[in-house]
Amino acid sequence: MTLVNRYVVQDVIGVGGMGSVYRARDLHFPNVVKLVAVKEMINRAPDPLVRKTIIQNFEREANILATLNHASIPRIYDYFSEQNRSYLVLEFINGKDLEAIISETAGFLSEELVLSWAIELCDVLSFLHDHKPDPIIFRDMKPSNVMVNLSQHVILVDFGIAKPFMAGQKGTMIGTEGYSPPEQYRGEATPLADIYALGATIHHALTKRDPRLEPPFSFAERPMRKINPSISAELEAVVNTALQYNPADRFPSADAMKEALISAGRKTGILARLGGATAAIQGTSTIKPLWTFKCEDELRGAPIFYNGAIYIGSYDHNLYSLNVADGKLNWKYATDGGIVTRPAAFEGDIYLGSEDQRLHVVSARTGKVVWTYFTDGRVRSSPRIAEGHVFFGSDDQHLHAVNIMGQRASWSFETTAPVRSTPFVANDMVFVGCESGDFYSVDFRGEMKWHFKAKMAVTSSPWVADGVVYFGSLDSSLYALDVRAGFVIWRFRMGKGSIVSPCLTDGMLFTGSADGHIYAVDAHSAKELWRFKTDHQVSSSPVIYKDSLYCGSADGNLYCLEYKTGRLRWKFTTKGPITGAPLVYDDIVYIGSSDHILYALLA
Amino acid sequence: MKSFFGRLVKKKTQPLVKQSDVNTVPLSDQQIQDVVTQEPRIEPSQLLTGSSQSVGKQRDHNEDCLLTFTMTVGGDKHNYPLGLFIVADGMGGHQYGEVASSTAVRTIAGYMLKRFHPYITNSAETLDEPLQDLMRTAINEAHRAVTQAASGSGTTVTVALIVGQQMTIGHVGDSRAYALRSGGRIDALTRDHSLVKRLEELGQISSEEAAAHPQRNVLYRALGQGDVLEPDIFTSPFPQPGYLFLCSDGLWSVVSDDDICHIINEAPSLQTACQNLVAAANQAGGPDNISAILVQLIS
Repeated sequence: MTLVNRYVVQDVIGVGGMGSVYRARDLHFPNVVKLVAVKEMINRAPDPLVRKTIIQNFEREANILATLNHASIPRIYDYFSEQNRSYLVLEFINGKDLEAIISETAGFLSEELVLSWAIELCDVLSFLHDHKPDPIIFRDMKPSNVMVNLSQHVILVDFGIAKPFMAGQKGTMIGTEGYSPPEQYRGEATPLADIYALGATIHHALTKRDPRLEPPFSFAERPMRKINPSISAELEAVVNTALQYNPADRFPSADAMKEALISAGRKTGILARLGGATAAIQGTSTIKPLWTFKCEDELRGAPIFYNGAIYIGSYDHNLYSLNVADGKLNWKYATDGGIVTRPAAFEGDIYLGSEDQRLHVVSARTGKVVWTYFTDGRVRSSPRIAEGHVFFGSDDQHLHAVNIMGQRASWSFETTAPVRSTPFVANDMVFVGCESGDFYSVDFRGEMKWHFKAKMAVTSSPWVADGVVYFGSLDSSLYALDVRAGFVIWRFRMGKGSIVSPCLTDGMLFTGSADGHIYAVDAHSAKELWRFKTDHQVSSSPVIYKDSLYCGSADGNLYCLEYKTGRLRWKFTTKGPITGAPLVYDDIVYIGSSDHILYALLA
Repeated sequence: MKSFFGRLVKKKTQPLVKQSDVNTVPLSDQQIQDVVTQEPRIEPSQLLTGSSQSVGKQRDHNEDCLLTFTMTVGGDKHNYPLGLFIVADGMGGHQYGEVASSTAVRTIAGYMLKRFHPYITNSAETLDEPLQDLMRTAINEAHRAVTQAASGSGTTVTVALIVGQQMTIGHVGDSRAYALRSGGRIDALTRDHSLVKRLEELGQISSEEAAAHPQRNVLYRALGQGDVLEPDIFTSPFPQPGYLFLCSDGLWSVVSDDDICHIINEAPSLQTACQNLVAAANQAGGPDNISAILVQLIS
C-alpha cells in the first residue's frame, strides 16, 4: 500500500481505537531508506459537519505539534486527509514502548533506569506545560505512550490529537484508564494531572502492578516499597507526592518534580531515611521511665494491675508485688521454678503458674500462699479465670480446670502435647492450643466439641470475638476458625512462625511473628492492613490502648505504633530482648525485659 | 431499708419483695442444672430463603442469573446449616452477557458443592481448606470459565456461603449484599467496584453527582476481564435477628435502602418480599434486569 504516492507501508506497528499505525518508507528520499511512522485515523462521525470539525481540529493540532522541538517529542513531517481518513506522518522511533518493556522484564526494572526516564519525562512535560501562548496538557501519560529508543532515551508518543476520532462509547463498560487522577473524571485537565499520571507510570514501571487492574486511585494502598523493597525511600516519597489525590498536594510543576527526582537520585545509597514514617519519631533518649524495678533474672512474662499494685513473675522464681505509683516492692513470693506466665487476679488473690509444676494462689495483700495445685509438668500457660474456675495448661499435656471454691480439679482434658497456650473462655467453651499443633474446643464439662490441627505448635493464645476464634501457629499461619464448628474461615501467612497471642480491636487483628514484623490484619477479610518491621523476632503479644499499639521485640525495643496505620510513634530501648506482653493502665505502660528490669513509661 | 428502696422504685420492687418473702430451700446445683437444661432447644438450625427475578421494562433479554441452595440436617451432632446464594449480572452485549452470568453461577456452585460433598456425605468430615480460600478458588475458576465461554464479556458476581452462623461473602462488580438488622437498619456489606463509587469514596464527587455521572456504568473489576482477578472476600456473623439480602443493580439503583427495609419488614414471607421488591424496581421504571435473594437464619 502506498499513501499519497509517497509513503510505502511496510508494516503495521500498532492498532488503536481510531485506526492503525504503520511503519512506512518515504519515497521522497529515493537514495536512502528513510523510515517514518504513519498514524491513520478513521473519521467515523456520521454527520458531515462534525466530520469537518474533527478534521479541522486535527489539522490545527498537527500544526502546533509540528512546531514543537524537543528531544523527547517525535518530529512531525507531514499530515493529510483522504476520504474519511486522516494521516499524520512522524518520526519513526526504533525502540519499544515502556509497557512492553515492563511486561517483558523478568524481575523489576532497575531504579536507576526508571529514574533517568522519569527525569526526561519531567523535562518534556515541563516543556509542554510552558508552551506559549497556551500550555499543552499531554492528558494521556502512561507506559504505552512512552517509547524507549535504542540509546535508552524516552520519547512521548500519541499526543491527544487522536482523541476526537474516538467514537463515543455507551452502556456498561469495563475498565478504567488507571493512570488518570480523580479530577480528570470531572473534566479537568491541568499540568497537575500529567504529574499524577507520571507518578502512576513510574509506580507501574517499578512495581509491575498495572493500575488498570487495580481499584482506581488506590496507589496509596500499595506503596512501592511494599511490593519492591529494593526501591529507595527517597524515590518512593517523590512518587507518593506526585500521586496525591488532591492536586494542591502534588508537585506544583513538572520542574519541581524533576528537581525532587534529581535530589532523590543524589541521596540514593545514603542511609538517611525520608518519609512520614520516621518523621514523627521521638528520640529514644527523650523517654525517661517513671520508675524501674530490677529483679534477679529475666522477665519473660507479662505484668498485671490489681488493687493499686503491679504483679509480675520473674525467671528468678519470684512473684513480685510492686507499688503502682513508685515501683517500690510490696512483697515477693518465691516459687520453686522460673516464671514465664502472666498472673491473674480474682477476689483478693493472685493466681500464677510456675515451672515448679504448680499453680500458686497467693494473697494479694500479704503475699502469703493461700493454696497450690500440682500438675505433672511445668506450667508455662497463664491462668484464665472464668465461671468459678481457673483454666490453664501444663507441660503434662493437660488443660486443667480447677474449681476455685473447692481448690480441686473439676476435670483435666488430655491433649497430645504440652499446653503452653493460655486458654480463652467464651460462649461456654474453653479454647486452647498445644505444642503438637492440635487446637481444641472443650465445653465446661471437659468434653471436646471440636478439634483442629495446625501443621506446627500452637503456643499462641487464642482470641474469640463474633463467633470466630483467632490464633497463630509456628507453621507461620494466623488462623480464623468458626467457634461452633471449627471450620477454617481463613488463614493468613506470615514470613515465619508465631507464638504471639493476637488481639482484636475495631475489626483489626494484631499479631507478630518470628519474621520480625508486627502485623495488622482485617479480621473479616484476612487482608494485611499494615506491617511494621522490627529488627528481631516478635514474640511479645501486642496490646491496644487508646489509639496506640504497644508491642515488644527481641531487638530489645518496646514499640508504640499508631494502630490504624502502623506508623511509629516512639520506641523505648531496653538492654535485652522483650518477650512478654506490655500492660497499659491509666496512661502508663509497664513492660518487662530480659535485662531483668520492669519499666513504667508514660504511654 | 426495704421501705427506702420501695420508695425509690415503688412499683417495680413490689413483686420482687413478694417473691423473696416466700420461704424456700436454696436450690442445689443439680436442681439448677435441671431447670436450665429443661428448656428444649429447637432443632435444627436452618436457612430460609426466597428469590425473584425480572427482565425489567427496558431490556429485551435477561442477563442476570441467580442461584439458591440450602441444606438442613436434623438429628445429627454436626447439624450446621449450609447455604449458597449467588447473584450475577452479565454485561458485554452481543448476548454474551447471559452466557457470562450463568457460566459464573454454575461454575461457582459446581465447585463449592463438589468441595462440600465429603462433608455432606460424611458428617465426621470437616473442610480442611479455609472457607475464604474455597471462595477465592471458586471465583477464579468462574473467571477462567467466563473468559473462555464468552470472551470479551464480563459479569458481576456476589456469592454468600453460609456455614453455621458465619457467612463468607465473595464479591466482584456492582451487585450487592446487604445485612438487614433489627430496628430497620440496613448495611451494605459489599463495595461496588465502579469508577464513580471509587470517586465518591475518595470524596471527589457527591452521591448526587455519582448518580448522574456519565461514567456511572463503568466497572473496574468484573469476572471475565483481565488476567488477574482479585475478588473481595470477607466473613462476618449472619445477622440475627435479621436477613441477608442479595440483589443486582437493577434493584438497588432504583429502590432506596429505606424502601428495601420497609418492603422486607412488611411482607408475610421471604418469597413475597422478593416479589414485592422486584415489583417496586419495575414500578420505578425497571431500567435494567432485576434479581433479588433474601435469606434468614433460624437457630
